[in-house]
Amino acid sequence: MQIEVIVNHKKISLKVENNEFLSETLRAHGMLSIRKGCDTTCCGLCSVWVDGKPTLSCAMLSFRANGKTITTIEGVQEEAKTFAEILVAEGAEQCGFCSPGFIMTVLAMKNELSNPTDSEIIHYLTGNLCRCTGYLGQLRAVKKYLGVL
Amino acid sequence: MRIVGKGIAKIDGMSIATGKPVYTEDLAMANSLIIKILRSPHAFARIISIDTTNAEKVEGVECIFTYKDVPQQRFTLAGQSYPEPSPYDRLILEKVVRYVGDEVAIIAAVDEKIALKAMGLIKVKYELLEPVLNFEEAIGHSSIVHSEDDLHCNFNIGMNKNMNIVASHKLEIGDVEEELQKCDVVVEETFYTQANAHAMMETYRASSYLDHTGRLVVISSTQIPFHVRRQLARALQIPASKIRVIKPRIGGGFGGKQTSVVEIFTGMVTLKTGKPSIIVYDRKETFSCTTSRHAMRLMVRLGANKEGYIKVVDIQGLSDTGAYGEHASTVFSVVGDKTLPLYNKTTAVRFMGNVVYTNKMPAGAFRGYGVTQGAFALESAVNMMAEKLAIDPTEFRLKNLIKAGETCLTYKGKLLGSSSLHKCIEKGKELIGWNAKFPAQVISNNKVRAVGMAVTMQGSGIAGIDTASAEIRLNDDGNFTLLIGSTDMGTGSDTILAQMAAEILETSMENIIVNAADTDVSPYDPGSYASSTTYVTGMAVVQAAEDLKQQIIEYGARYLETATEEVEFDGQTIKTIEGDKSVSLEKLAELQVLGAGKHQLVGNATYGSPVSPPPFIAGFAEVEVDQETGKVDVIDYVAVVDCGTVINPNLARIQVEGGIVQGIGMAMYEDVKYGGKGNLQTNTFMQYKIPCRKDIGNVKVAFVESFEVTGPFGAKSIGEVVINTPAPAIAHAVYNAVKARITTLPVTPEKVFMEMQKRAE
Repeated sequence: MQIEVIVNHKKISLKVENNEFLSETLRAHGMLSIRKGCDTTCCGLCSVWVDGKPTLSCAMLSFRANGKTITTIEGVQEEAKTFAEILVAEGAEQCGFCSPGFIMTVLAMKNELSNPTDSEIIHYLTGNLCRCTGYLGQLRAVKKYLGVL
Repeated sequence: MRIVGKGIAKIDGMSIATGKPVYTEDLAMANSLIIKILRSPHAFARIISIDTTNAEKVEGVECIFTYKDVPQQRFTLAGQSYPEPSPYDRLILEKVVRYVGDEVAIIAAVDEKIALKAMGLIKVKYELLEPVLNFEEAIGHSSIVHSEDDLHCNFNIGMNKNMNIVASHKLEIGDVEEELQKCDVVVEETFYTQANAHAMMETYRASSYLDHTGRLVVISSTQIPFHVRRQLARALQIPASKIRVIKPRIGGGFGGKQTSVVEIFTGMVTLKTGKPSIIVYDRKETFSCTTSRHAMRLMVRLGANKEGYIKVVDIQGLSDTGAYGEHASTVFSVVGDKTLPLYNKTTAVRFMGNVVYTNKMPAGAFRGYGVTQGAFALESAVNMMAEKLAIDPTEFRLKNLIKAGETCLTYKGKLLGSSSLHKCIEKGKELIGWNAKFPAQVISNNKVRAVGMAVTMQGSGIAGIDTASAEIRLNDDGNFTLLIGSTDMGTGSDTILAQMAAEILETSMENIIVNAADTDVSPYDPGSYASSTTYVTGMAVVQAAEDLKQQIIEYGARYLETATEEVEFDGQTIKTIEGDKSVSLEKLAELQVLGAGKHQLVGNATYGSPVSPPPFIAGFAEVEVDQETGKVDVIDYVAVVDCGTVINPNLARIQVEGGIVQGIGMAMYEDVKYGGKGNLQTNTFMQYKIPCRKDIGNVKVAFVESFEVTGPFGAKSIGEVVINTPAPAIAHAVYNAVKARITTLPVTPEKVFMEMQKRAE
């Protein structure tokens, strides 16, 4: 079927299969930051925003995105860079494979929570797995970014 | 030092963090054929017939290969220097399948759905064989996992394939039995360490195409591009000169990508069809059709005298390598190699045992490489001995551990070059609050808090085997290109190697272009494994930079028409000591490359170390145990590290934190499990739990630097040693809390509860 979506501020019309997931659609249309890290909606690598809300694009059928606004890290590069600089200064990007999904969730959290505690931050981000860093450097970076030291 | 020792950001950090397309799948050719693998549903079977007729008729199917289509030359997928100690026990596809998930057919089609449809139409008839599933019953089992005549070992590793023994090993110094008789106190216990999954976020993947000269180009998420090239040449029966392997950015490896899992499939499809192709394993395949950590049984006997000195260490092991023997003998021998040197007041030590084939997913390299298994067993036994002797376990170690300048039985006559392990223990005690907390405190009616500890060592590269080359060019504009073949898999090794080059050449990081790794371009490097990159490749980079610096001085002096000894180089200018004449590096570079000089300056070095200096860690765990349920929370973990000089404190710290958390996962819940028919049950993140953010309490990392004279700027390794202490330290803390001695990893609430019940009875 044909869907009308706004992807990274651009209105586009896409032909999608009934059983196609948004992660596949976005990757096929050049959003190469979208990665699949699991088959079971556990890892958070494919996190994007749908109407501003962090969403696992591997768990949303593409046709359900019809009429919605989708944002990937390609669409928020400036904001992503601001946080990425802090993350990288901490050394907490490591292999970087989980970073796009992680950063999309961090940016969404910044909009949603004001002055969060450590446990609120951890709770919000818990669906984004990382195998390299042990999460601690990421937490330091997030707190610096939010100014909640 | 200006650059070494500074927490410089990774040179690729911003690009990878903001989602730029720099990984294997992002770089695959457009319209690549999609490869899928039909796998065995049986743990051990012989293919009677395989019919691909209907599958081949599906529109869009490009090719289907079965065992009838592959070269009959056995090989290993272990990424090791030639001649590999791993047996050549594989064919690309074979009539016999040896584990649930073993490859049966390779399907390439224009898209994934068509490939999967074709896969469903392949008809295979199997003759089922009795599988060997329990590694403790493998030796002498009625089934022989590898009975083929053409299985080949490059040298004697103690294989007895009719007994399912891949390798056997024995190292004994002194007479263990006789010396044990003389000991006042003996501790004996058998420990089991489980198989683990690497669970790197980027699953296994590779793509290939033929270049403008018809050569096979493979882009792979690998730790070992040069080994992949050699393996492809052997497996596909084409000259290595016809193959190029490129390693882009990698989404984690942890040793998993030291075994070539997928490259041969894409290489074969592209070679046979002439078309670009790609294979991407999904998470299920990554869990169930690659490699895991070797599960082991380790029986430890320790003997000590009443003065509190350990006199005898005896470890007898059995290791499960699964269906193929990747890294079988070496992971096993490392168990002894990197544990026996620790306690050097001994009069006899021994490590011996067997590695066996079973009909399960093959084991392979995994961060820690046997030391992790050995550390759990030995350190747990040392903690038992300390208790038996009624000595504080930290004091017991301070008394018994090897110090710099000392020797040990297994390295007789060779002195330990550097160690600050004793200081690491003192520092760790302080940070965890050992004296106040050891052994335990009751917090409430059902909660007890307790501390535990362990120490460990690893190596830095493989002594006498690992040999890395590095090359640094002075470019026409005065910048440098650093060419290396090591494989940054997220660790930041490209960055720290550039730091070393910049330090010696007295230039800034911006002036160093790092190129790695591409077998057509890079000088040889075995790859990033065995904790070798900082130490071995690092020394090659240091020497190449020094070589180039000397040439800059020589050619600068020549230009200034004076003697080499009369000039100095400050990174920007070559000038006479008297200061009357000078030339800028930029000008000299231009002249050498484009002008009258006619000789581009290139620094070269090849380095291999005769020693493998150990980094050390003292690890301390504080746990809270719920006495009603056996639930354990690690509330604090302290790791104090001696990795020699810290080249980049930010990146080193993250390496430690990440390794400790992986170690906590191994200690607490990560467990590769099989069903009764050999089917792997833990094939998603739902069944195989890795630590998430909520699981991790406080982790404190501190460094106590030593100076390793054989290492670059005094550095040793860091990547692997970090994973070894959590399992024994946490098990120790749990014992101190509720007296439940867990000898079989992981330390689950169920096991803790059951042990507590046993004690209560």
